[in-house]
Amino acid sequence: MATKILTEHINVPGIETFDVYRKQGGYTAVEKAIKTMTPESIVEEVKKAGVRGRGGAGFPMGMKWSFLAKPEGVPRYLVCNADESEPGTFKDHYLMKNIPHLLIEGMIISSFALGANKSFIYVRGELMYVIHILEKAIAEAKAKGFLGKNILGSGYDLELVVQPGGGAYICGEETALLESLEGKRGNPRNKPPFPAVKGLYQSPTVVNNVESIATTAWIVNNGGEAYAGIGIGRSTGTKLISASGHINKPGVYEIELGVPVEDFIYADEWCGGIRPGHKFKALVAGGSSVPILPANLALTLANGEKRLMSYESLSDGGFATGTMLGSGGFILFDETSCIVRNTWNFSRFYHHESCGQCSPCREGTGWMEKVLHRIEYGHGHQQDIDLLVDVAKKIEGNTICPLGDAAAWPVASAIRHFRDEFQWHIDHPSEATQPGAVYRGEMALV
Amino acid sequence: MITDNNSAVQFTPERLAKAKEIIARYPEGKQKSALLPLLHVLQEQEGWTSPEGMDYVARMLDIQPIEVYEVASFYTMYHLNPVGKHVIEYCRTGPCCLMGGEEVYAHLKQRLGIDTGQTTVDGQFTLKEVECLAACGMGPVFQIREKYYMHLTNERVDEIIDELSK
Repeated sequence: MATKILTEHINVPGIETFDVYRKQGGYTAVEKAIKTMTPESIVEEVKKAGVRGRGGAGFPMGMKWSFLAKPEGVPRYLVCNADESEPGTFKDHYLMKNIPHLLIEGMIISSFALGANKSFIYVRGELMYVIHILEKAIAEAKAKGFLGKNILGSGYDLELVVQPGGGAYICGEETALLESLEGKRGNPRNKPPFPAVKGLYQSPTVVNNVESIATTAWIVNNGGEAYAGIGIGRSTGTKLISASGHINKPGVYEIELGVPVEDFIYADEWCGGIRPGHKFKALVAGGSSVPILPANLALTLANGEKRLMSYESLSDGGFATGTMLGSGGFILFDETSCIVRNTWNFSRFYHHESCGQCSPCREGTGWMEKVLHRIEYGHGHQQDIDLLVDVAKKIEGNTICPLGDAAAWPVASAIRHFRDEFQWHIDHPSEATQPGAVYRGEMALV
Repeated sequence: MITDNNSAVQFTPERLAKAKEIIARYPEGKQKSALLPLLHVLQEQEGWTSPEGMDYVARMLDIQPIEVYEVASFYTMYHLNPVGKHVIEYCRTGPCCLMGGEEVYAHLKQRLGIDTGQTTVDGQFTLKEVECLAACGMGPVFQIREKYYMHLTNERVDEIIDELSK
């Protein structure tokens, strides 16, 4: 039986309430952390666990914590990034809605470890009903003495604030999130200084994803080494994967990192296979921003070995033949999917969500969307494919924040692996614009 | 917090109390952090983020009105023009489209007789597009206020519109 770190109790009736969560062993990690551990020892356990940031970037969480500046007399902040807005990604939504106390417990442990007395959970504003769930959970925890002044008689104080966003994907970028939390437009900041030195209100700040913070309760209770013993290589622990698209069982699944991609797609305990009568065409493994892969490369590495659900295996081969685990937003496409249309759709998303601060992103995302639109709608020019590649190259790496890369990679990778499909649209405009038309030429369906 | 008895927009006593509680969440001198939450409260009361309402919020936070306008216009959730009684925000992004979203939304538009960005003549419905509602496995999906409607089909859309039209 695979280890469940985050979802073991998620289906217990009433788990969203303090009492039921407590009955399942909830808040024992807070008790252990505050009564028997020092902040430094908690950081050490998180480092030992090797847990990597679950928001998408995959940066080691313990290392991020250890960067936090600790000047005397200056407040420190923990900010939970719950601005989940990447197409294909809905695991934090699922976690917060169903088991809010797991996040609250993680926030208390993490805040204690970092020396923060006021912490924020920045939730995308569209999830207002989840915000109410979290606020209720916070009130319950406070009433039971796990939040507020002198938690469990330890002398440690912590206030948790849930902050609603206003609807902007860019606020998932940590410095844009901080700007937004300060009541401004979500324009990313230049780094350095990094938030660990100058973050919220110019004070040392750690920004972590919901799933990352939620792991800390298990790590405290079981130890960092136990966590590191799950998974494979530097991909330790479990990961929530939100699966959507043309599969039999869309949903959120907790897997031990290292499961073969093929098993994740076809096993009944996870996606349950491709929808009946169809074949596997392509995969976006980690949210819309990561490179798309054709089915054969999604299942196997270039050397023929099985590709695994891990940071290393998914990125094996670099962008030539690999992709990224990212946020775990797993979108599967069968042979009825038009890659050009999907790429245009994603491109429209990034154009809409670009904050407009950097010219390459502001202008480039618009160009890509426009060119993709004309190809999709039968007005493509022969030079458009190369033009798209060129624009994507000029955006990538040339912006303050990673949104530019996120916009460029889906386009560049779609052309890399499905160039024939773009060419077919340009060469056969009348066919390509028929309702439901999809390129049926040479492609590796599985 | 600056009291403002002469404003064209006034929070109800309950919302005023809520606004005070929100402002008190932040460290001394950092009350501007309350801006996004207060705009949500304003929109909940007024139905939209009106200029008078934004001025009211600016005075409440002791900041310049332009600071409110530039924020309200940056985020997609704030309606800068009057909207209908029910604002339907449908997810137009990839995973929902894979599950037939485009066809369902076409039906929705036909059923309401309006296009995206428009409001029905009777003022009942406004249609807006939204980028990814973080419910990709349950698509197609739209949101009306705080409620998510998932696994949409043409028939389900008709049922929802019928229900809300009563």
